[in-house]
Amino acid sequence: MLVITLLAAFAANASSDDGFAQAVGKLATTNFKIKREAVDEIAMLRHPNTRAVLAALLDGSLYFRKEDKRVFVLEASGDTVALTDAVTLAPAGAASTRDFTKITTNNQLRKQLKGILAGFALTDPDADVRRAAVAEMMRSLDADDAALLRDRIDAETDRKVRAMMRSALALADLESPEADVRLSAVGALQGDLSPEVFNRLAALVERASDGSFAEPDERVRAAAQKAVNSIKSKRNLYGLFETLFFGLSLGSVLVLAAIGLAITFGVMGVINMAHGELMMLGAYTTYVIQLLMPSYIDVSVLIAIPAAFLVAGAVGVLIERGVVRFLYGRPLETLLATFGVSLILQQIVRDVFTANNRPVETPSWMSGSLQINEALSFTYNRLYVVLFMAIVFAILLFVLKRTSLGLKVRAVSMNRPMAKAMGVRTEWVDALTFGLGSGIAGVAGVALSQLTNVGPNLGQSYIIDSFMVVVFGGVGNLWGTLIGGMSLGVVNQVLEPHAGAVLAKIFVLIALILFIQRRPRGLFPQKGRAAEA
Amino acid sequence: MTSATHPLLSQLFGDRGTKAFFGVLLATVVIVPILHLAVAEGSALHLSSYTMTLIGKYMTYALLAIAVDLVWGYCGILSLGHAAFFALGGYAMGMYLMRQIGTRGVYGHPELPDFMVFLNWTELPWFWHGFDMFWFAAAMAILVPGVLAFVFGWLAFRSRVTGVYLSIITQALTYALMLAFFRNNMGFGGNNGLTDFKEILGFDIYAPGTRVSLFVASGVALALGYLACKYLTHSRAGRVIQAVRDAESRTRFIGYRVESYKLWVWTFSAALAGVAGALYVPQVGIINPSEFQPINSIEVVIWVAVGGRSTLYGAVAGAVLVNYAKTYFTAALPEFWLYALGALFVLVTLFLPQGVVGLAARVKRKPNVLAKAVPA
Repeated sequence: MLVITLLAAFAANASSDDGFAQAVGKLATTNFKIKREAVDEIAMLRHPNTRAVLAALLDGSLYFRKEDKRVFVLEASGDTVALTDAVTLAPAGAASTRDFTKITTNNQLRKQLKGILAGFALTDPDADVRRAAVAEMMRSLDADDAALLRDRIDAETDRKVRAMMRSALALADLESPEADVRLSAVGALQGDLSPEVFNRLAALVERASDGSFAEPDERVRAAAQKAVNSIKSKRNLYGLFETLFFGLSLGSVLVLAAIGLAITFGVMGVINMAHGELMMLGAYTTYVIQLLMPSYIDVSVLIAIPAAFLVAGAVGVLIERGVVRFLYGRPLETLLATFGVSLILQQIVRDVFTANNRPVETPSWMSGSLQINEALSFTYNRLYVVLFMAIVFAILLFVLKRTSLGLKVRAVSMNRPMAKAMGVRTEWVDALTFGLGSGIAGVAGVALSQLTNVGPNLGQSYIIDSFMVVVFGGVGNLWGTLIGGMSLGVVNQVLEPHAGAVLAKIFVLIALILFIQRRPRGLFPQKGRAAEA
Repeated sequence: MTSATHPLLSQLFGDRGTKAFFGVLLATVVIVPILHLAVAEGSALHLSSYTMTLIGKYMTYALLAIAVDLVWGYCGILSLGHAAFFALGGYAMGMYLMRQIGTRGVYGHPELPDFMVFLNWTELPWFWHGFDMFWFAAAMAILVPGVLAFVFGWLAFRSRVTGVYLSIITQALTYALMLAFFRNNMGFGGNNGLTDFKEILGFDIYAPGTRVSLFVASGVALALGYLACKYLTHSRAGRVIQAVRDAESRTRFIGYRVESYKLWVWTFSAALAGVAGALYVPQVGIINPSEFQPINSIEVVIWVAVGGRSTLYGAVAGAVLVNYAKTYFTAALPEFWLYALGALFVLVTLFLPQGVVGLAARVKRKPNVLAKAVPA
């Protein structure tokens, strides 16, 4: 009841600083009765600093100076501490702990403080603060909390906070001696996914060691059992969603890494072993861009995308002009030569940036997660990777299917001599195709820089995976790469909790090796004469 | 060779490269141990045990290179996973050597190797049984890579996986094995692999006599492996294999069972790589999962490419040259080595499709013979 009267008092205008200073000064005592009265008074005053002082008292960081009984908040430990004036919250220099006496609290006082602080939080204008306060209360619910919640629930405007309050009240009702109240409480809790609710309900249906149930009423038990089962199945379902999402985001990374390879491999029949290193260059481009504009980290990633495309694309064209074009029709030699290029690129990066991993910062809009409900949340960086992959894929599809370059690329991949006879400058198409595939690798590197360490070995760790995706999906087919990458990602994530990350990967590799035996040309094999080349 | 009149002998030793190879090998196997054992340590002619072990190591690499040359140079199968067979042979020998440690390990357990005691294992895993016998380990060093290659090849060749697809799945194979062997609970010592060997066949593994014996054994294995490959490539089957390399479909249409030929040459090559690995481990004294790294397998291919494909002696020359360069540069100019290796890959494929051996021939013969394009 005390708490409720306090809350009513909050509506009153804040009193002057003098009154607040006086009330705070009263705390400088060892008498708990006086302290409790002082706390009530401080709360009633609703001074802007009320909350900070009470929170400090609850933490045990509120002290008074022995000589003049002034109250301070003390920070840090050891012999010297930083002082903060409790009334003004202004820094008041440093001093030795010996000159101070801690303002201690007992159970009763702590409970009072918690109630007051929770009341503050529940009236906070920010819905997130209110939600956190309810969640905190749910962890250790008592009658006072319930009374507080009952009082606030009608005034609550946020839908989610209100639902949580309702759950909290239902949890409190489970303690009721009347079976009907408990039964309706169980009904109200059905479908709530928070762990507190689940644990409480699960406790209801459990047998104690002497064989008796914690819950005497059978109807309540049956209802609780039903609720527990429904929560369990819901949780499993959301767990499945989460695994699927993880799988899709991993798959997106694989698709990003493999799609450039699919172009060069599929169109030109060229195995580019330096593909991983082109991704690495993209990741390092992101790093350099961030170095160049340290105060605009949020935009830097967006700028890094075209920059990485250009850097990796240019290096790709260089590789094509300098090495690959002399080796057309000799895929195994191309493989070896581009492997040599990859070693050189790695060593260049080691010499320029050292062998250590470089820190790439995550922009603020990519951190955090999207909370769907208590059991399901998607982290933004994974979400963006999926989105990013979709955009890159769409653009690539557009370029290949709707532009004149795409038409030529497809013509060359289907029948090189015929395309040449029709006047397509195959050499030029080759260089551009290789540049395009390499540029996409650079763009993939930007995405990777947000997910893994940026170091000279970044490319190596992805190259085998990307080859697997291309080989699995079928050469020369973008959709095959998409489906191949996504299914590999999902399969990996589904296996991982059962077999561990390494074993899951081994299983996937073995499965792939076996799959290639069944379908030597992948899921979507190329058709026509080109396939026989 | 005076007896080169005999048809088989002239077949085996007929070309100059082979003669040169055997000449150099014989000289090495005779002179190196003498310089190591008989010449006093202070003398300028004395060869340290480090140098001798290094040369011994090169000889096992050369054997591995021959194995790769057999499948790549003669059969057109570019294997990017041969180091896996090499490492498997090495592990088989390593397991034998581990069992020979006996109670002299850090924990002094009579049966379990140290790392198993460390992992609180109480019993020897089933696949470690039998490795206390040398003959068993030696057989396994050949059988394990051989059987793996047979199964892998049977699946791959039967469904006509060829070209780059095959190369990539061989790479996936060695990658998967590397991940597997890195796991502690696989029972192969995890990350650290197998090391701290004490003796082989009852002889101290670090004694000069044992080292010389291992050195000579490597030389003999290299000679025998070379002869076997030479014989194979000059037999009727060898000609079919080369026909497969040059025109696989045509060979099939003529009526040869292409996949059987490929399978047998592939399996034989893997077993040969296993032997090389088994000789390599007692000389370097350690085997760990990094031997399975995909880059190792690719490096073997470059040895063969540098030396010159489909000559066998070219593979040997390439293995020794590249590894000598590696030993030299990684000590003298560590940063430079990857550039050199990378450039080697590029330059050799672009300008020396026949390797150093081809270059030597080019210098000797008339230019118009060499102007001919080299098939892939």
